[in-house]
Amino acid sequence: MSEFVRNVRLWFAPQEVREEGRTPDYRFSLANERTFLAWLRTALALIGGGFAVDQFLPDLRWAWRVGLALALLGAGVLCSLRAINHWVRCERAMRRGEDLPTSRFPALLSIVIAVVAVVMVVVVLVGWEG
Amino acid sequence: MSAPAGDRDPGLQPERTRLAWRRTTLSGTVAAVLAGKAALHTGKGVGLTAVAVSSLLWLGFLALAHLRIHALATAAPGRPPRLTARHAAGATLCTIALAVCALALLF
Repeated sequence: MSEFVRNVRLWFAPQEVREEGRTPDYRFSLANERTFLAWLRTALALIGGGFAVDQFLPDLRWAWRVGLALALLGAGVLCSLRAINHWVRCERAMRRGEDLPTSRFPALLSIVIAVVAVVMVVVVLVGWEG
Repeated sequence: MSAPAGDRDPGLQPERTRLAWRRTTLSGTVAAVLAGKAALHTGKGVGLTAVAVSSLLWLGFLALAHLRIHALATAAPGRPPRLTARHAAGATLCTIALAVCALALLF
């Protein structure tokens, strides 16, 4: 957990990232930036999905609607936090010449999205009239 | 890899990064439009505040993306500027704030 706190500090202190190790090939930095942006788009899509569930399924029971929207919004927030954390970790690893960090997050996110999708199908089929 | 910075072939890396910022801004626009639609359907006070806040967040993200695209476009060839952590944190904060906006509209 303290590693995470240290990373959070680095988000707002770019000069500290620069002090470590040596500067990597900028092409790798730009690729890392694009990966960060791709995760941010995923987060924005999840948040948009949260808005959409709230908006376009008005006939659902309130609890289901809010629950699904909360799950999507929570996933979006986690996804964007993870985006920047992973970006900082990759940037540091490249500077130090270490292996890139591995992560269980993509697997977890896929499972969460699959569960939300199945729940949505079931809810729309079964609980339509609330 | 071991070539000095000036000799590296930039390829289309800065171009691709610029387009990635554009795509992300577009995703943000879709989310902000959905936020606006949701806000207009709720009560007046909360709804108007949410519309204002999400528009501001969208403008903030647009400004960040524009700054980054401008920096990439005007850089000397072979020396594109690096993304600063503060810039990345700003983009992340805009995203999270939009989700908070959605939460406020849910209840």
